[in-house]
Amino acid sequence: MKKTVMTVDDSRTMRDMVSFTLRGAGYEVVEAADGQQAMSAIATTKVDLVITDLNMPVMDGLTLIRRLRAIPAHRTLPILMLTTEADDGKKAEGRAAGATGWIVKPFNPDKLVSVVQKVCG
Amino acid sequence: MDDLSRFKQTYFDESAELLAVAEAGLLRLAPGEIDMDEVNAIFRAVHSIKGGGGAFGFSDLVAFAHEFETVMDGVRNAEIPVSTELVDTLIRANDVLSRLLAHADDGTEPPAGTTDDTIAALRRFLGKTGAAEETPAPPPATVHADDEDDEAGIFGDALAAIQAARDDQPPPVAGPVPGGKSPGDKVRWTIVFRPKAELLLSGNEPTYMLRALRRLGDAEVVCHLDRLPSLRDLDAELLYLSWTVTLLADPRVGRAQIDDVFEFVADDCDIRISAEALPPAIIPPAEPAPAAQPAPVRPPSVQPAANLPEPVVPPPPPVAPPAPVATSGSAKPGDGAKRANGGGTGGDHAGPTTHTIRVDLDKIDRLVNMVGEMVITQAMIAEHLRDLPPGQFQELLEGLEGLAQHTRELRENVMSIRAQPVSSVFSRMPRLVRECAAMTGKEVMLVTSGETTEVDKTVVENLVDPLTHMIRNSIDHGLEGPEERERVGKPRAGTVHLSAAHRSGRIVIEVTDDGRGINRAKVLSKAIEKGLVQPGSALSDEEIDNLIFLPGFSTVDQVSNLSGRGVGMDVVRRNISSLGGRIGVYSAPGEGSRFVLSLPLTLAVLDGMVISVGDERFVLPLTNIVESLRPKPADLHGLVNKCDVIMARGEYVRLVHLHRLFGIPKAIDDATKGLVVLVETEDGSRLGLVVDEVLGQQQVVIKSLEANFRRLDGVAAATILGDGRVALILDVAGLREMSRHGSANSGGASAPTIPSLAAPADRGGQRQRQTV
Amino acid sequence: MSSSTAIAPVTSRTDLQPAGGIANGSEEQYVTFTVGSEEYGVNILAVREIRGWTPESRLPNLPDYVRGVVNLRGIIIPIFDLRARFGGGPTQVTKRHVVVVMQVGERTRGILVDAISDILAIGHEAIKPPPDIDSGLVDAEYLSGLYTAENRMVTLLNVGKLFAGEHVDQDAVPRAMLEPT
Repeated sequence: MKKTVMTVDDSRTMRDMVSFTLRGAGYEVVEAADGQQAMSAIATTKVDLVITDLNMPVMDGLTLIRRLRAIPAHRTLPILMLTTEADDGKKAEGRAAGATGWIVKPFNPDKLVSVVQKVCG
Repeated sequence: MDDLSRFKQTYFDESAELLAVAEAGLLRLAPGEIDMDEVNAIFRAVHSIKGGGGAFGFSDLVAFAHEFETVMDGVRNAEIPVSTELVDTLIRANDVLSRLLAHADDGTEPPAGTTDDTIAALRRFLGKTGAAEETPAPPPATVHADDEDDEAGIFGDALAAIQAARDDQPPPVAGPVPGGKSPGDKVRWTIVFRPKAELLLSGNEPTYMLRALRRLGDAEVVCHLDRLPSLRDLDAELLYLSWTVTLLADPRVGRAQIDDVFEFVADDCDIRISAEALPPAIIPPAEPAPAAQPAPVRPPSVQPAANLPEPVVPPPPPVAPPAPVATSGSAKPGDGAKRANGGGTGGDHAGPTTHTIRVDLDKIDRLVNMVGEMVITQAMIAEHLRDLPPGQFQELLEGLEGLAQHTRELRENVMSIRAQPVSSVFSRMPRLVRECAAMTGKEVMLVTSGETTEVDKTVVENLVDPLTHMIRNSIDHGLEGPEERERVGKPRAGTVHLSAAHRSGRIVIEVTDDGRGINRAKVLSKAIEKGLVQPGSALSDEEIDNLIFLPGFSTVDQVSNLSGRGVGMDVVRRNISSLGGRIGVYSAPGEGSRFVLSLPLTLAVLDGMVISVGDERFVLPLTNIVESLRPKPADLHGLVNKCDVIMARGEYVRLVHLHRLFGIPKAIDDATKGLVVLVETEDGSRLGLVVDEVLGQQQVVIKSLEANFRRLDGVAAATILGDGRVALILDVAGLREMSRHGSANSGGASAPTIPSLAAPADRGGQRQRQTV
Repeated sequence: MSSSTAIAPVTSRTDLQPAGGIANGSEEQYVTFTVGSEEYGVNILAVREIRGWTPESRLPNLPDYVRGVVNLRGIIIPIFDLRARFGGGPTQVTKRHVVVVMQVGERTRGILVDAISDILAIGHEAIKPPPDIDSGLVDAEYLSGLYTAENRMVTLLNVGKLFAGEHVDQDAVPRAMLEPT
């Protein structure tokens, strides 16, 4: 059965690229433009992985990660964060918030797929 | 990266929107007026443009966006104080970014030095914060330049290591890659993986990591259960297992790739990785590095892990299948995914968050055209069916009725796809105001309202030029300078109010200023000087105000009217009327002026009433029609021997004989024998149009008369009726203007029509609406 | 729908083979038509099609040579009456009258004529300048020259100029209205 990945990004370009790449690799993809949208979508959709940007309006990525982790059902949900810089500080922050891992933008489609496989099969 | 290039258009579209967001935010940014949400939005806009740009390898753009972003970051962290100078620089940076995007879109190189000045200016602000010395780090995307893999490095630095491994070069520090091996040889890796108990709570799943290892080669996985507690003590969310994996991999599989698998968990798990290769090429670590390092730090940080089992016995089992295909049917998520089992779960994945799609505008335009043709076809069928003997073919007629209903709904839905809020135009105005204010030395405050009013996209696009003119005009001619304003007791800053609203099926846009109002003496003398008005003419105030719309009134050259720049209000009027719109002005000396412009909501289709006069047929927009009636002789009254009035709905309404206005022969002149259609213009004034017959209601497709001919007074546009013939769509307000002059002159029908000047008629009051 | 004729079959004369007679550098092809006893020619490159007369919809308050508008496959084009343009009064149309649809700049428009006459390949050197017309009897503006075909005189028209005036005056304000009352 297809796994469903949610891409959370305020940039449509990024969402499109993530969606396209992952759909090409056989995943279902749902999109959300910010943390809030992601929270409401995830309440009704079974998601196997969340890939979230950090800088977003309304609700940023770190907040999203914390909120998700606060929900028992999502304690073990894989969450990858997208960061622009290979910034260790951000990674540490993300991990502290409960992120599973990270993806550095800009990314290469193959790599995206391989990271996704690594965390959600 | 052809896969990615398909997203370029999305990227450019989105970037254009982001630039607009950033610009709007920057224009509102001023010392003491710092809205952090806005600042964050600007930051994010630049950040997103940079992020996307990196994906496509637009390195100049990314480099510049990085500079811009760095300053914005300083602003949002309150490290850089907001000054006018800063805002100006940021606006300039936004412009430069826009140019870089345009070049990237065209595939052209920006001229050398495009960014230099602005970068220097941006850096000066960093200098002021004390962060001066630190040259901003080159953005990541420029680090990885062209190489296919490097370009996108999902793991940044880790990628470099992988690349190095692929190139058969030993990774920076260590690697089991021995020289002189035939490619068929394998390297045996031993990986001991003892995750911490809480691993699952970070969303990591060892199973997938093990599968990832399998993808690298032939893996034998041994699971250790030694820490597994009794069932009673078992916490389902904790992990008690550990594994030893023996991986037989191609020598091209580097250490970095294995580290990569554990990238996210390396910090808090016990991971030991060792290799057994033929020649013991492993460099013993200088210090006992822990097996697992915080994964990708700065470049050469991929640590050798091999402090445990030193290279042991070489011979790798030669039997291993060459390809690292996972045999356990695990790896590919697509496996067996074609049929989602059961409806329920499949439905779960239907992606309820994807509520919008992007559609090429051409497709919508084709759809609109098709709907237009369908409307005509439907009318044509209706026309033929009209000739059927009555009482028969009832089902056919009902079917047609249904078709008409559906066509109407289809049309409305299609049009709503094209509807856009006027905010996309309004949002350009702050900048214009700023520029005009700077040029004229006036202080101007722009207030906008009704930005969310929706109107067809073509109308939105066509609003830009007229609004630009009107606002420029208001600032230039309407508002006083700050000193003058103070002298007359007004606030130093003048206000320009831009508003939009729907009113009786049209969009009405007003530009109001609180300036000095139209200087009638000056306008009149200028008009006389230009020969537009004879000296000594007795014009009403309103007529004088409306002289500004006369061609030739403005001093500037009118050749470049397409660009919409440097031309007079007459061009504004012409552009507006070419869209089926009208513009008028109210002015009160010392209090200000108000330009009111009204446009149809769509330029494609309208609901009309087909009427006949003589042999001609015309269409009246339904939105203008109040009712139609057949008057009795007693209802009609002559007014000062020239014009007839009719009492309708408690009001005396002037009768206008269409055939007289248009010079149509063989028409009914006696209103009691024909019909009177009571019509109303947007400003509420009414008129009784005398016509021969009302033929019926119909949707009509608006066709331009001007594309191949020109505008006509009293005519808004044309359409094609069911029989393929052309009918003119009437412009009620235009008819009213014509009729005023027609009745002023003796021979109504032959009177030349005049588009602009009107005698005040109904509704007194100081401010008189003039429709042009 | 109305008959719409391709240009090529119109001519029946064989002595001037427009289709085969490849216009060499100095020759251009003209479509000629008659209005009353006179024959006029327009450059074939400006002609989009020739169609039979279909009833027009009249336009209000325009000179009589603006016949009205018709629907040309979804676009609306004006029809000018050449006879009326030359002062001969409105044409009494019959089914045999034709409209020459021309492309003039960005605009498409039709001119109503009596009949199509010929297609001629005319060399530049064969075009005679119009005679002295300072007399004011004729507007020289839209005449591009005269040509003699066999024993007929063909007046070549500059279509760009022929109806050039009619869209310029659209914003002209009748001065009379502004004069002192």
